[in-house]
Amino acid sequence: MKNSRKPSHFLCKLNTQYFSRLKWQIGGDNLFKIIGALFASSILLLLGLMVYELINGSWLSIQTFGSGFLIGTKWDPAISRVFGALPLILGTIVTSAIALLIGVPISLGISLALSEYMPKKFGFAISFLVELLAAVPSVIYGLWGIFVLIPFLRDHVYSRLQALFGFVPAFSGSIYGGGVLTGGIVLAIMIIPTVSSVMRDLFSAVPNSQREAMIALGATKWETVKTVISYARSGVIGAVILGLGRAVGETMAITMVIGNKFQVWPSSLFDAWYTMSAIIANELLEATYDLYVSALMNVALVLLFVTLVINILSRLIVWRTLKLVRGISKE
Amino acid sequence: MAPKFEIEDLNAWFGTKHVLKNINMKIEENAVTAIIGPSGCGKTTFIRCLNRMHEITPGARASGKVLFNGLDIYGDGVDPVMIRRKIGMVFQKPNPFPMMSIYDNVAAGLKLNGVKNKKIIDAAVRRSLELANLWDEVKNDLNKSGASLSGGQQQRLCIARALAVEPEVLLMDEPCSALDPIATAKIEALIRKLAENYTVVIVTHNMQQAARVSDYTAFLYLGELMEYGPTKQIFENPKHELTEKYITGKFG
Repeated sequence: MKNSRKPSHFLCKLNTQYFSRLKWQIGGDNLFKIIGALFASSILLLLGLMVYELINGSWLSIQTFGSGFLIGTKWDPAISRVFGALPLILGTIVTSAIALLIGVPISLGISLALSEYMPKKFGFAISFLVELLAAVPSVIYGLWGIFVLIPFLRDHVYSRLQALFGFVPAFSGSIYGGGVLTGGIVLAIMIIPTVSSVMRDLFSAVPNSQREAMIALGATKWETVKTVISYARSGVIGAVILGLGRAVGETMAITMVIGNKFQVWPSSLFDAWYTMSAIIANELLEATYDLYVSALMNVALVLLFVTLVINILSRLIVWRTLKLVRGISKE
Repeated sequence: MAPKFEIEDLNAWFGTKHVLKNINMKIEENAVTAIIGPSGCGKTTFIRCLNRMHEITPGARASGKVLFNGLDIYGDGVDPVMIRRKIGMVFQKPNPFPMMSIYDNVAAGLKLNGVKNKKIIDAAVRRSLELANLWDEVKNDLNKSGASLSGGQQQRLCIARALAVEPEVLLMDEPCSALDPIATAKIEALIRKLAENYTVVIVTHNMQQAARVSDYTAFLYLGELMEYGPTKQIFENPKHELTEKYITGKFG
């Protein structure tokens, strides 16, 4: 046969070359569709396997401690072999909250400066740099935290804070350098690129006609900017929750600067504490018996659940706002 | 009657593009002045120069004098924010604030002016909506979003929003171009009503509309003011050949 591509089926004698080529193309399309679907579904499969593996791994801990694991305040792998995750959960929540408290106003400022105040070209360069910050490996933030941030905060900031607000319990006690506040500050720096770039996208999507409407009413620049924020406000909340998701899941940097001390509540903001991610990173290799490993797996399960819920929630809010904002601007 | 605006040698640029060239004209008080001309002739730029909206576009600048009640709005020490509170503007596409209720949309300008008294705001909202012929349609839905209205209603809401701060002038940039004929007729009737107490400057690409609503018509061509005079004269007895060609639809 001259043309080896031609199928040898007898019906194909009726087909012109055009038809057989069309057939081959459709075949290729379908093949690609199937391969694409396989790759896409592998993500779901991976997530499912991960959840299954975590539940499987923490089963022993779940059977032993039940829901008491979530409110237990003892972590004693050496003698009584009792595990409770409440201090870790609190540590994660509090450090993340500090990160939001510091990081969100700064991100809001950065994103408004980029979308509302700066000339476009300059803003583009700055937003490129901000997004570059998101690419810095977490361990480098940790190292920088240990060698630069901790000495700086200890010698120049914390002592002054204590001198000013020492009468408040949160600012009393001895200063080590590393601790709850330092952890929160490092997390804040790490969430700023994500939060500010999402916020910038939201503000840039606000149609110009809204700004002009305000300006024509005799609004000042700041009053116009407030309208822009209110236009995108639900998306801004989504961006904040997205940052929260990142802060909650962050491991390496926080492990390096928080001090890793298992206690229900720290004596002050300068005291050391622990988070869910940090204890897994620190103790998994030392876990010498099944229940210990299972307890760490249980912590991981709680962490995964919390980050998944936070991320899904924030994505939904951001998408909804972007859709709403772009929908109106298209009309 | 003293003119509301006296424009002397107004020039405007976008970057290096010279879009308005030596415009000289006077705009009468409590009358409707229509600005007509083919696309890209500078109509919109011209009215945006009257309330200093032109300069908010990056790279845009203007020179010359625009006397508003005898005061040069481009003069030293004039705050554009204060000028815009005296000279309201309605845009081509209705742009209500979708996150605010109908009531808050109309009250937005008053709140910018620092009015806090609920009674005064209530009265101004009602007065503006009545003036914009919208009150009867929305009086039971004042708490609904401004985006829930139809296009024509949204545009009248925008007019009410501009009127609430009691400006002296209303600038309208093709206010009917996004609307259907019925909504357009309502807005045109409204413009005639407004002319009793306000100075209205309207940009339109619709010559019939200019003939229907305006007392004076200015014809702009390639950034230059070709002809300006009473609407009747422009449409019935134009002096310039280009004006005649344009209004008879020979180009445009």
